[in-house]
Amino acid sequence: MLLEINPLVLPDPGLMIWSAIAFFILLFILGKFAWKPIMKAIAEREKGINDAIATAEKVKAEMAQLQSDNEKLLAQAREERATILKEAKDIKDKMINDAKEQAKTEAAKIMAETQQAIENQKMAAVIDLKNQVGNLVVEVAEKVLRRELANKPEQENYIKQLTDEIKLN
Amino acid sequence: MVVGSVAAIGAGLAAIGAGIGIGQIGKGALEGMARQPEATNDLRTNMIVAAALVEAVALFAVVVSLLGNNLGV
Amino acid sequence: MSLKRIKPLLAVAFSVYICFFCNSSFAQETPHHEAASTEAPDHKKEEKFDVASTILEHIRDDHNWHLWGHHSVPLPVILKTDKGFEVFSGAQLVDEHHEPVVYNGNYPYKSFEGKIKIVNEDGTVNEEASKKVLDVSITKNVASLLFTVLLLIIIFVSVANAYKKRGVTSAPKGFQSLIEPIIIFVRDEIAKPYLGDRYTAFMPFLLTIFFFIWINNLLGMVPFFPGGANVSGNIAFTLTLALFTFIITTVNGKKHYWQHIFWMPGLPVPMKIFLIPIEVMGVFIKPISLTIRLFANMTAGHILVLSLIALIFILNSLAASALAVPFTVFISMIELLVGFIQAFIFAMLSALYFGMALEEHHEEELVL
Repeated sequence: MLLEINPLVLPDPGLMIWSAIAFFILLFILGKFAWKPIMKAIAEREKGINDAIATAEKVKAEMAQLQSDNEKLLAQAREERATILKEAKDIKDKMINDAKEQAKTEAAKIMAETQQAIENQKMAAVIDLKNQVGNLVVEVAEKVLRRELANKPEQENYIKQLTDEIKLN
Repeated sequence: MVVGSVAAIGAGLAAIGAGIGIGQIGKGALEGMARQPEATNDLRTNMIVAAALVEAVALFAVVVSLLGNNLGV
Repeated sequence: MSLKRIKPLLAVAFSVYICFFCNSSFAQETPHHEAASTEAPDHKKEEKFDVASTILEHIRDDHNWHLWGHHSVPLPVILKTDKGFEVFSGAQLVDEHHEPVVYNGNYPYKSFEGKIKIVNEDGTVNEEASKKVLDVSITKNVASLLFTVLLLIIIFVSVANAYKKRGVTSAPKGFQSLIEPIIIFVRDEIAKPYLGDRYTAFMPFLLTIFFFIWINNLLGMVPFFPGGANVSGNIAFTLTLALFTFIITTVNGKKHYWQHIFWMPGLPVPMKIFLIPIEVMGVFIKPISLTIRLFANMTAGHILVLSLIALIFILNSLAASALAVPFTVFISMIELLVGFIQAFIFAMLSALYFGMALEEHHEEELVL
C-alpha cells in the first residue's frame, strides 16, 4: 500500500512532458545557435590572448636578451676603451720618455761634441797663440839681442854688474 | 493542525542536524581561513557549496515529512 | 571525529527517523479524499485566513495565471482521455470568484488544487475515471517554462550574434560581458574539474541546464506576472532534468563505472555481493537526490518568503509588516544566492556523475 502522497511531491506527467520538450528545444536551439559560436569565440579569444601573452613574453625575453647583449657590448666597449686609453697613455708616456731620453742623450752628445770642438779650437788657438808668442818672443829677443850685442862695453859693464849682484845675494 | 505539527517536529529535527552540519562546515572553513588567509576565496566557495549540500539533506527530511501528510491542509 | 561527537548525532538521526515513521503511519490512517472533500466547502465559508492553503495555492501549478485581485490570465487546458484530445480555456474551470466549478467537456471536469479530476453527478471525485485523464495543459508552470525558453533563446542567440558581429578580438560589451564570465565559470568550475579533457562534449548540456535552472529560479523570485510561477520548485520539472542527467550518465557509463556497481574490485566476494544492491540503489538515488535537492530548496524558499509575508495576515495588524517586510527582503536576497547555488550544484553534480561514468581508472567518491 502506497502512502497517501502530498500532491506537492507527486510529479505531474503533463509538466514533465512539457519540461522535456522545453529542455530539448532549448538544448537544440542553444546548442546550435548559441553555445557553439560562443564557446568557439571564447576559445578563439583565449587562444588569441594566450598567443598575445606568449608573444609579449617572447618579445620581452628578446628585449631583455637584447638589453643584456647591449649592456655586455657596452661593458666590453667600455673595457676596450679603457684598455685603449691606457695603452695610448702608456705609449704616450713611453714616447715622451723616449723622446726625453733621446733628447737628453742627443743634447749630451752635442754638448760633448761642442765642448770637444771648443776645446780643440781653444787648443788650436792656444797653440797658435803660443807659436806666435814664441815667434814674437824670438823675434823680439833677436832684435833685443842684436841691439844689445852691438854695444860691447855696455855688455861687459852689465856682466860685471850681474856678477856684482850675485855676490850681494 | 495536529498533522501539521508532526511534520513540523520532523522538520525541526532535520533542522537540528543541518544546523550541526552547517556549523561544522562554517567552523572548518573559518579555521582554514584563519590558518591560510590566502585561501579564503577558495574556502568560501567550497563552504557555500558544502553548506548547500547539507541544507539539501535537511530539506530531504522535510520532503519526507511532506510525503506522509498534507502540510496541515 | 571522536565517538563522543558521533553519539548525539546518531541520537538526532534516530529521532528524525522515528519521526518519519510516526508521520507516515499517521498519514496512512487519514484517507486523502475525505480530508479534501471536507475541506473544500470549509475553505469557502471560512473567511479566516488559512496560511497553509494560501501558500500552497501560490506554489502549486494552476490552469489560470493569477495576476491580481480577480484578474487572471486564462491558459489553455489540453486533456487527453480515452475519447481523444480536448482543448478549452482555463477560465471555464473557475467562476468569477476563482472558485473551481465543474466544466462539462467529454467528461465533467473539476479542478482540485490545480489538478483536473473527473467528478460524479453529486460532485465527488471519480478516482477511477480520473486516472485516465492525461493533463498536458499549458499550465502556469508550462507557460512560465515556455517564457523562459524564449527568454534564454533571445538572450543567448543575441549574445552569440554579438560575438559574430564584434569579432573575437574585441572585448565583450553590454550583455555579452555579463554572460561571458558566467559561461567561463561553468566551464572552469563545473565542467573542467570533473570531466577533464572531455568537457567539450558536455558543455552544451551543462550550460543549458545551468542557465535553465538559474533563470527559472530567478523568475520564480519575481512576485508579479511574467515570473512568480514556482517552476524550479516543482518536482516534475526537477525530475525531468534529473532524468536527463541520469540517462546521459547511464548511456556514457564505461566498463569501469559498471564494474564498480556490479563487481566492486579489490574487495572479498561476500562484500562484493553485499555492495551490489547498495551500488545499484546509488545509481537511482543520485537523480532522485538531484530532483529533491532543487525542488525542496526552491519550494522551501517560496514557502519561507510567503510565510513571512503571511505573518502580516496571521497577526492581522499592519505593524507586523515592519518586521515581516525587512525579513522578506533579507530572505529574498538569500534566495537569490540559493537560486544561483542550486543551479550551480545541479550542474556541478551532473558533471560529477558524468565524470564518474566516464572514468577509466582512479577512485570515485560517493556523493548523493
